[in-house]
Amino acid sequence: MNISDIQTIEHDVIVVGAGGAGLRAAIECSIKGLSTGLVCKSLLGKAHTVMAEGGIAAALGNVDERDHWKVHFRDTMRGGKFLNVWRMAELHAKQAPDRVRELEEWGAVFDRTKSGLINQRNFGGHRYPRLAHVGDRTGLEIIRTLQDHGIHQGIDVYMECTGLDLLKEEDRISGMVAMWRETGRFVIFKTRAIILATGGGGKAWKITSNSWEYTGDGYGMAFEAGAELMDMEFTQFHPTGMVWPPSVRGILVTEGVRGEGGILVNSEGQRFMFENIPNRFASETADTEEEAARWLAGDKEARRPPELLTRDVVARAIRKEVNAGRGSPHGGAFLDIASRRSADDIKRKLPSMYHQFKVLAELDITTEQMEVGPTLHYCMGGIRVDADSQMSTVPGLFACGECSGGMHGANRLGGNSLSDLLVFGKLAGDGAADYIKELSGFPSINKEKVISIIRNATEILNRESGMNPYLLHEELQEVMQNNVGIVRSAELLTAGIEQLDKLKESYKEVKAAGASQFNPGWHEALAQRNMIITAEATARSALLREESRGAHTRIDFPDERNEFLDVNVITLKGEDGSMMVKKVNRPEPPTELNRIANLSLEQLEQEIAS
Amino acid sequence: MDYQIEVDKGMVVLDAIHRIQTEQANDLAVRWNCKAGKCGSCSVEINGIPKLSCMTRMNEYGPEETVSIRPLKTFPIMKDLVTDVLWNYEQNKKIVPFTPDPNLKNKNGDYVMMQEDIDRIQEFRKCIECFLCQNVCHILRDQGKKDKFVGPRFMIQLAGLEMHPLDTQDRIPAIKEKFGSGMCNITRCCTDVCPEHIQITDNAIIPLKERVVDRFYDPVIWLWRKLFRRKSV
Repeated sequence: MNISDIQTIEHDVIVVGAGGAGLRAAIECSIKGLSTGLVCKSLLGKAHTVMAEGGIAAALGNVDERDHWKVHFRDTMRGGKFLNVWRMAELHAKQAPDRVRELEEWGAVFDRTKSGLINQRNFGGHRYPRLAHVGDRTGLEIIRTLQDHGIHQGIDVYMECTGLDLLKEEDRISGMVAMWRETGRFVIFKTRAIILATGGGGKAWKITSNSWEYTGDGYGMAFEAGAELMDMEFTQFHPTGMVWPPSVRGILVTEGVRGEGGILVNSEGQRFMFENIPNRFASETADTEEEAARWLAGDKEARRPPELLTRDVVARAIRKEVNAGRGSPHGGAFLDIASRRSADDIKRKLPSMYHQFKVLAELDITTEQMEVGPTLHYCMGGIRVDADSQMSTVPGLFACGECSGGMHGANRLGGNSLSDLLVFGKLAGDGAADYIKELSGFPSINKEKVISIIRNATEILNRESGMNPYLLHEELQEVMQNNVGIVRSAELLTAGIEQLDKLKESYKEVKAAGASQFNPGWHEALAQRNMIITAEATARSALLREESRGAHTRIDFPDERNEFLDVNVITLKGEDGSMMVKKVNRPEPPTELNRIANLSLEQLEQEIAS
Repeated sequence: MDYQIEVDKGMVVLDAIHRIQTEQANDLAVRWNCKAGKCGSCSVEINGIPKLSCMTRMNEYGPEETVSIRPLKTFPIMKDLVTDVLWNYEQNKKIVPFTPDPNLKNKNGDYVMMQEDIDRIQEFRKCIECFLCQNVCHILRDQGKKDKFVGPRFMIQLAGLEMHPLDTQDRIPAIKEKFGSGMCNITRCCTDVCPEHIQITDNAIIPLKERVVDRFYDPVIWLWRKLFRRKSV
C-alpha cells in the first residue's frame, strides 16, 4: 500500500460530527479564521440533534422574570447530584442565554410569548419555565438554523464520511483516517487540532431512543488515542419511550408532554408519582393533585407536579410500578395528556407526538392514554475535558456535546443538552483556535499507523467467513440491556463484563459480506469497535462506583455514599492495551459556586431579588 | 431483487428493509437516521408512491401483496435505495442567508415578533428535507430542468425568508430569475407528498409568484418605475 495514493485533505481543524455541537464548533472555528473541515457520517442536517423535542434551557427570564443563571446553575447541580464539573455547570448557565439569542440572529424562529419575546416552557428539574422551544421540534429548528448559517461561513463539509481513528505525532494530534461511505475509499485528514462532537453511544443498548449513528465513535477514537473518559457509568434512561408496538420500542415521547400537564398513572388508575418524591425535592414538589393542578393553571405560589421530577426519579418509579404488577399491558405506565388538555391544544403544542402515535401506534393521544417506559437516551459521561477550553488529556484533541463528560454529573436535566451543545461547541472552537495559535506548522502523519488503520478496516471485508455484524450487534445489545441497564449490581455487571470479553473475541472474526461501496454491513462492523469500547467502559465504571447516584442505580448499594461524591471514575487505555478504570479525586468545589448550589430556593430567590 | 420476509405486528417498511439487511443481504444500502419521521433520511418510492419508509406501516399492504421499494427517481442512484441528493445542498447554498435588521431589537437586546406574524413561516420551517417534494416536482423529475427551477423545498425556504418579519433582503428578483418561480405550474404534487403536511403550493409558491407578479408585471407599478427611473436619471 502506497500512502501517497491515499487522498489527503488538509485543514487547521477538523470537526467530527455535525449535530448541534459540531456545527457550532465549526462555525466558531471559521469565525476565528481557521480553515475548517466538518466531517459527518450522515447527510448534513440529519444528525441526532434533529430528534430533540422539548426545548433549549436558558435563563432568559422571558416568562418568569425571577429566573437567573444562578437558579439554572443550582437546578443543574441538584439534577446532576452534585457530581457535575462545577465550572462547566457555571459556564453553561451563564452563557446559554447568549447562545439562544444568537440562534435567533441566525434565523431560528422560536415560539413567542404574548409580548413577542422567545417563549419558554416548564421541564423536569427546572425551577421556572426555561426552555425556549418550537412546538415539539426544537432540535430541528436548531440544526437547520446552524446548517443554513454554517454553509455560508466557508466551512468545508465532508458528508457521509466515517472517522476511523486519530493520528498523533508523539503526544499531539496530527490527523484522522476516515472512509467515504459511498465509495469505501479512505481519506487522511491532516490537521492541527480535532474537535470530536460525535454524540453518545446509546446504540449499544437494545431499547434506546438513539439512531444508528450513536455508536460511541468519539469515545472509541479518543480512548484508542490515549485520552481519558470520565464517569461513563452515568447513562440516562429517559422515563418515557414508546413501548408498543415492538418495532418502535424506545422511540422518545417528549418530556414536553408532562411539561404541558401530562400525568403518569398505573394500571389501577393511580397517579403514582406522588408516592415517589425524594426527600431532596420534597420541599419544592406539590404533594396533592389540587396543588399540582393550580401550578398547571399558572399559580406561581404552587409547587411543581411530581411528574416533573428529574428523569432518573421518574424512570425508576415507572420500573417500580411495572415490577409490582401495576404496569400497562406492554410493560410500561400510562401517560395521559388527553384528560388534561383540549384536543386543539395538544395538536398545537405537541404536533409531532400526535403524529408519531397516530402513524406508528395507531393511537390518538387527544383521546387515549399513551403507554410509555424507560429508554436509553443519553450518556452523561464522556471524554474528559478542561472546562474552559474543552481540550481532552491529549494535546490538540477537543470534545464537546454529548461525547464530552462532566457538564451533567450523574444525571442530565431535560433541555440542558441543546444548550450544552451550543455553549461548549463555541468554547471548543475558541479552545482549538487558542491551541493552534501556539503551534508552528502541521504535525506530521505517521504512515505506519495510517496503514494499520486501513488494514484493520479492510480485513473485515476480506475475511473468507466470519460472524454476521448485525447479529453481533444484537448480542451486544442484549448484554447491555440485561446487565448494564437501569438497575445494576456487582453480580450483573461482572457477568456482563465477562460476556463483553467474549464479544471482543467474536469481533475479531466479524465478516462483512459484499464490496466496499456503500455497504451498511461493513459500516456496522466498523462502528462496533467503538460500541464495544463504550459498553466496556460503562460496565467497568459502573462496577467501580459502589453507590446509587442519579442515573446510576446499584441494588447492592441503594444509597448515595459521600466518599463517592469526591471521586470521578476515569477510563483509559493501559500500557498493555487493556482497559483500565480508576477513581480520581475531584478538586474542591469553588467556594462561591458551592454556596449558591447549597442555598435554599427561598434564600437564593431573595438574594437575586435584592 | 426479490426478498421474502416475515412481518411482525407494527412493522414499518424500514423495519422490513432492516430485516432483509440482517437476514439476507448484509450490504443492502439504505439511508435512515431517526426512524421517527423527524430527519427525512429514508425517502423511497413504495409501490410507486414517494414516502418515508419509517412512517409507512407494513399493514397498509395486503398479506400476500408484493411491496415494491425503489429509490427516488429524480436523483442519480448511488447504490440500491441510496441516491445522490447533493444537488439540493448546492441549491441551498445559493440562497442569501437570513439578514435581520439589528435596529428592530428592543432596549434589552431582544427581537420582538408576535406569534401571529410568524405562524406562517413556522409552517415552512417544519420541513425535514426529505426531498420527496423535489422528487415529484415535474420540472425536476420529468423535464429535468434542474438548471431552471430550484424546486419546492427551496421555494418554501425562500418563502420563509421573504416573509420573515426581521429579514431585510430584497429576495423577489432572485426568486424570479435565479430560482425560477415562474417554472412551477401548480400541479400540487409536492404538497401531496409532504410528510409534514406543509401547504407548499398554496402557502409558499403561490404567494411568491404573486409577489413576483406585483413587482414585475403590475402595469401601475411598472409605469411608476419607468417614470421614477427617468426622473432619477
